[in-house]
Amino acid sequence: MRRYIPYLLAGMAFGFILVKSEAASWYRIQEMFHFQNFHMFGIMFSAIVTGLTSVQLIKYLGRRSLDGQAIEIPVKPPGRKSYIYGGLIFGLGWGLIGLCPGPVFALVGTGSIGALAVLAGALHGTWLYGALKEKFPH
Amino acid sequence: MDTLINWLHEPWPWYVAGPMIGLMVPLMLVIGNRSFGISNNLRHLCAITQPRHVDVVFFKYNWKEHIWSLYFVIGTGLGGFLAGVAFANPNPVALTPGALAMLLSWGFTAPGGALIPPELFAPTVRNLTFLFTAGVLVGFGTRYAGGCTSGHAITGLSTLQLVSVYAVLGIFAGGLLSSWLLVPLLLQ
Repeated sequence: MRRYIPYLLAGMAFGFILVKSEAASWYRIQEMFHFQNFHMFGIMFSAIVTGLTSVQLIKYLGRRSLDGQAIEIPVKPPGRKSYIYGGLIFGLGWGLIGLCPGPVFALVGTGSIGALAVLAGALHGTWLYGALKEKFPH
Repeated sequence: MDTLINWLHEPWPWYVAGPMIGLMVPLMLVIGNRSFGISNNLRHLCAITQPRHVDVVFFKYNWKEHIWSLYFVIGTGLGGFLAGVAFANPNPVALTPGALAMLLSWGFTAPGGALIPPELFAPTVRNLTFLFTAGVLVGFGTRYAGGCTSGHAITGLSTLQLVSVYAVLGIFAGGLLSSWLLVPLLLQ
């Protein structure tokens, strides 16, 4: 239990930021897809630049994690179709409900029944993918 | 003290929130050599709840190794509660004039009144059906693509992975399609 506390705290910070930045707002996502506001683009670009810089710094310093493991930068499995098709399907859903998985969990925390319905749907969608995985191109 | 409390109630600009979100990537690496991403938790929750007689291989793995990740999303919910309820922003979402005009033309009466529009999120049978269905797309798509906005757009691009560029292009194309075509159609 105790070793999971840092993850719980990091998650709390993440949920707090998602709501405070209004990245968890349906309206901000519509503004983004209609190119009406720089806000969401600014969040994404500055997040990526910060992530990129700090990952390079970690690589350069060759640090170990706090629990003593050598830090490995995760590598995703190669492919193309699954990433594009999967991304498209996810994007279709994202544009409709204006919430990606992070904000879904953050809004469930605010007590939104609507967000809970999204989460229930997302779990069913995940299960459906797991059951039908072999039938789709990867 | 008052300024701190005010700051906790106010919405944060992108140049504050963006870098903080970006720092999640090194933070997870430093805490325990973990990769920052949210949608994998949907898979873990399926793995935990899959009954013995259901035998989907995709959900047969040692989910106990991923408990850290579930703690992270429980935290995300708690953080959402703190930011959205305890330190809620008393003012409406400050929309741009262009967005405001578009939303009014779609028939919204008070656009930006809360983070999410009651027209789509109030718990009516119609809304819940819509939200559940779109949620299925989110769950299916993220697993098919192997990640969502956090795992691909943030972690994937931060670690320079080509496959995440494919995923992000797919995600953005899908989002454009539904917000330009499906959302206006649905609201008519």
